Amino acid sequence: MTRTRRRRLLLVGGLFVGLAAAVSLALTAFSENLLYFYQPSEIASGQVPTDTRFRIGGLVEENSVERNSDDLVVRFTLSDCDASVPVRFKGTLPDLFREGQGIVAYGQLEPGGDFVADEVLAKHDENYMSPDVAEAMQDDQGVSCMPTNMQAQR
Amino acid sequence: MAKSAFMRWFHRFGSLPYFYGVSVPIARALAVPGVLLAAWGVYAGLVLAPADYQQGDAFRIIYIHVPSAWLSMFGYTSMAVAGVVALVWRLKLAEIYIVAAAPIGASFTFLALATGSIWGKPMWGTWWVWDARLTSELILLFLYLGVIALHNAIESPRTAARACALLSVVGVINVPIIHYSVEWWNTLHQGPTITRFDRPAMDLDMLWPLLSAALGFTLIFGWLTLWGMRVQLLWRERRSRWVGRMLENSR
Repeated sequence: MTRTRRRRLLLVGGLFVGLAAAVSLALTAFSENLLYFYQPSEIASGQVPTDTRFRIGGLVEENSVERNSDDLVVRFTLSDCDASVPVRFKGTLPDLFREGQGIVAYGQLEPGGDFVADEVLAKHDENYMSPDVAEAMQDDQGVSCMPTNMQAQR
Repeated sequence: MAKSAFMRWFHRFGSLPYFYGVSVPIARALAVPGVLLAAWGVYAGLVLAPADYQQGDAFRIIYIHVPSAWLSMFGYTSMAVAGVVALVWRLKLAEIYIVAAAPIGASFTFLALATGSIWGKPMWGTWWVWDARLTSELILLFLYLGVIALHNAIESPRTAARACALLSVVGVINVPIIHYSVEWWNTLHQGPTITRFDRPAMDLDMLWPLLSAALGFTLIFGWLTLWGMRVQLLWRERRSRWVGRMLENSR
């Protein structure tokens, strides 16, 4: 390798390393804002602002979904392993919404502790299987209160 | 200093008339298995694979979505590698590669975004969310468009190529961000199914068609890029003697 080429390579490499460092510093600084949702336990421990709208993500607790017969209001409990939050929502739910499913709700905490959502999105997990396999796996799956990919990895 | 076999190959391949000649059989060798693998993967995915236990048939869009998303990242990474070669060794072929790959990579990025959006509406309940994965993939599309725009905006081909190479190298920082976004932050987009340390979280009769489609589309990407390179090459070398001689002979 000639000297000019080595110099150019160092220049390009240096530029890249510098930029990568800058970007990673910026992303670390902004990482709170990049979080798409908070979790119920973070609400329970008071890490979440109560005066603004935010997103909350968790599992729909088993047997917690209640529907009104005369309008579209749905109530359910959203939980992670440590805490749960009652949620109220009026509207149509996505296809994947069901008990035990991870969802993300957007709305605001009421003073009483209820979360009033005006948008509910279902979060799909990374597992794909045929119905037979899913049925066979049900027995040895055990209780998981939260799909692993929904747990914050900070 | 004895030149290694690799360096000899490197220099020979860098010769433009030589490349123009061998690009035809190489393109053919990519196209045939590429089309076959992609066709089998898509057919097996759409017809033979079982439906998903939760999403039913809607999950089948994965057979387009995942290969497109993979190629959007692979394409940009390969452009960045070519960018380093173009900046350090001033190899014309690397400059041409960037220009040829950008529109194809941009198309696959658009396809990944569009199929994801179409899937997201019924499954998530929304066409679009500003989570880290979707946003960084959108930025990737803008990076591709930036390379294309930069190439068209600068008149001098050498300056344009250098600018595009620089943007490719700089922009590749976004690729690991896209890949790890679902692990670093809470996103609505699900985590990785295939590229994880465990076994893939997918039934094998769903997985094989997906891998076949991904490999097939990658070969097709190579084929199309090679063809784009030939066009770029002829255009940039249109005043050179070897192109003139070739046109003369083909008449």
